[in-house]
Amino acid sequence: MSGAALIRVEGLSKDYVTAAGAFPALRGVDLEIREGEFVAIMGPSGSGKSTFMNLLGCLDSPTRGRYWLGDRDVAGLPNEELARVRNRHLGFVFQGFNLLQRASVVDNVALPLVYAGVPRAERQARARVLLERVGLERYADSLPSRISGGQQQRVAIARALVNRPRVVLADEPTGNLDSHTTEEVMSLFSELNREEGITLVLVTHEPDVAEYAKRVIRFHDGVVVEDRQQQLRTAQRAGAVA
Amino acid sequence: MIGPMLAEAVQALSSNRLRTFLTTLGMVIGVAAVIIMLAVGSGAQKSVQDSIASMGSNLFIVLAGSASTSGVRLGGGNASTLTMGDAEAITELGSVNAVAPQVSGNAQVVYGSYNWGTQVFGTTDDYLVVREWPMDAGAMFGDSDVRSAGRVAVLGQTVAGQLFGSEDAVGKTIRINGSPYLVTGVLARKGQSLDGRDQDDTVLVPVTAAQRKLFGSRFQGTLRMIMVQSVSEAAMPQTELEINSLLNERHGIRAGQDPDFNVRNLTAVAETAASTARVMSLLLGAIASISLVVGGIGIMNIMLVSVTERTREIGIRVAIGAQPRDVLLQFLLESILLALLGGTVGVLIGVGGTLIVERFADVPVLISSTAIVLAFAVSASVGVFFGWYPARKAARLEPIEALRYH
Repeated sequence: MSGAALIRVEGLSKDYVTAAGAFPALRGVDLEIREGEFVAIMGPSGSGKSTFMNLLGCLDSPTRGRYWLGDRDVAGLPNEELARVRNRHLGFVFQGFNLLQRASVVDNVALPLVYAGVPRAERQARARVLLERVGLERYADSLPSRISGGQQQRVAIARALVNRPRVVLADEPTGNLDSHTTEEVMSLFSELNREEGITLVLVTHEPDVAEYAKRVIRFHDGVVVEDRQQQLRTAQRAGAVA
Repeated sequence: MIGPMLAEAVQALSSNRLRTFLTTLGMVIGVAAVIIMLAVGSGAQKSVQDSIASMGSNLFIVLAGSASTSGVRLGGGNASTLTMGDAEAITELGSVNAVAPQVSGNAQVVYGSYNWGTQVFGTTDDYLVVREWPMDAGAMFGDSDVRSAGRVAVLGQTVAGQLFGSEDAVGKTIRINGSPYLVTGVLARKGQSLDGRDQDDTVLVPVTAAQRKLFGSRFQGTLRMIMVQSVSEAAMPQTELEINSLLNERHGIRAGQDPDFNVRNLTAVAETAASTARVMSLLLGAIASISLVVGGIGIMNIMLVSVTERTREIGIRVAIGAQPRDVLLQFLLESILLALLGGTVGVLIGVGGTLIVERFADVPVLISSTAIVLAFAVSASVGVFFGWYPARKAARLEPIEALRYH
C-alpha cells in the first residue's frame, strides 16, 4: 500500500530562543513518510513532537536541516509560499476543532477553497461531497455550535480533505473527545487511510489512539527514539468498526 | 476573493450589532457635523456674496469730512463740504463710469390712510446705474426733474407694499413730510444689505428737491455723500487717486493738511466681509473634521480589539492557507465597511439636520453635492487609514502563536 516517499526530512532541527539562551526543541531528525502511510507520533510533553508537527505543517521554519514535500524542498520558503503549500498540499485537524463559529458547517468545510481561488458553486459542491463522506450532510447549513464535539471534529476532517491534500496532519485530534467519539473519529481516519489511501500523520499521547496507526514514531528530548510498524490490532479494530 | 471576504465582513459586523452601531456612531456624528457645518458656512458665504452683488460693483463713496466746531470734532459726513459742483466734476474724470450724489434723511410718507416712516434719498437717475438697481414698474425720474427740483418719487418695494399693498403705486400721489410727490416708479426688490438693513425700505427723490424742500440745509447745494462707480475693478486705484487730487484742488487743500472729505472703497470693505465668511466656513469645516478623526480613532480602537479577539480565527485561516494579504484585506474591508456605513448614515442625518436648521433656526444654508461626495470619500479613507494598522497587525500574526491563543 505504501508508495514513494512523500515526506523526507534530514537533520531537521529547531532551536527556540528563550531568555535563558537557545533551547534545542528538535535535534537532527531524519525520517521518511511514504504515500498512504498512517503514522502516529508519540512522546511526552517537551519531547519535540509538536515542534516536529509544526515543521511538517509548514507553520514554522526549521533552524537547520532539509524538508522535502514530494520532490520540493520547502524548508526556508517565504511566508507566502508556505501559505500556498499549506493550502494546496496539506490538511490540518486540530485538537480544539478550530472551526469558525460564525460560519455554517458547509462554509467551514469550503474555507480552504476560498483561499485557493475556487469559484463559489464549485466550493459548495465539493464541500457537500466531503460532508457526505463524513456523514454530516444534514448539518451542512447549521452552525458548528449546534453539533457535538465528535461531529465538529468530523467537519474539521472534511475541511482538511476538501482541497485534496497529499497529507493530513492531525495534532491530538481526540484530545477533547470522550472515548466513544474518539472511536468514531479514529474509525473515520483509518477508513480514509484504508479505502482512499490518504496519508495521515497524527500526534497523540494516548496509546489507544496510536493503535489505529500502522506506524508509531516516538520522540524524546528532540530526537526519534523509536520507529516501528504495527499491523495486527489496527486491522482488527478497523475491520470491526467497518 | 473580494466577494466571499465582503460577505464575511458583513457577517462579522452583523454578528455584533450593538458594537457595530456604537463604533459607527463616531463616524455618523463626524460626517453629519461636517455636512451641517459646511452647509451653514456656505449659506453664510452665499448670503454675503448676494449682498455684495446687490450693493453694486467697483464702488467708492466720498463722504463729507469731519466738522470741528469750537474744538468739538464731529464724525464724517457732518461738515457741509461736498457740493453738486464736486459731484459734477467727478463725473468728468476719465476712469469714472457713473456718479450719484446723495442727500438723505428720515421722513414720514403718507398715502391715503396709510403712513410709513422711511429713509428718503435725494439723488439723480445715475443712482440706479451705480447701485445696479433695476426698476420693477414705472420709470426713474430724469435730469429735468433734478434741474427743476420736481416733486416726484420712486419707491422701494417695502415702502410700496406698506403704502399701497397690492395696489399699483405708479401715478399715485403720496405725501412726504406733508408735501405731495407723484410716484413715477417702483424699484425692483434688492434684499438685505451687508449690515442687515432692508434696502427696499427707501424712497428716492431728486437731489435738488431733497435739498431745497425736504431737508433744507444750512448751505444750499451741499451733499452728504457722493457714490462713484469706477469703469472697472482694475481702474479702482486710479479712480481713488483722481478723486483725491481733484477734490484737494477744488477744496484748496495743501499737501500735509487734513482733507475735508473722505474717500472709501466699498468693494474692499465687501471683500473683507466675503473673506471673513470664507474663513468662518473653513473654520466650521475644520472643527467638524476633528469629529471625523475622532470617529476614525473609534474604528481603529474597535478593530484592534476585534483582531485580538479573533486571533485564533486568524490562526485557523492562516493555517489552512490564507495569505497575509488575504487577512489584511479582510480586516481592512471590515473597517472600510464600518466607515462607509457611518458615512452613509451621517450624510442622511447631515442633510436632514441641515434642513431642520434651515427650517427652525432661520439660518441660510447651502448643501453642496461636493460636500456630500467629500464626506463619503473622507469616511472611506478614514476607514482605510485607521483600519490599516489593526489589519496589518492581524496579517503579521504568527500562525502557531495565533492557534495557541485562547
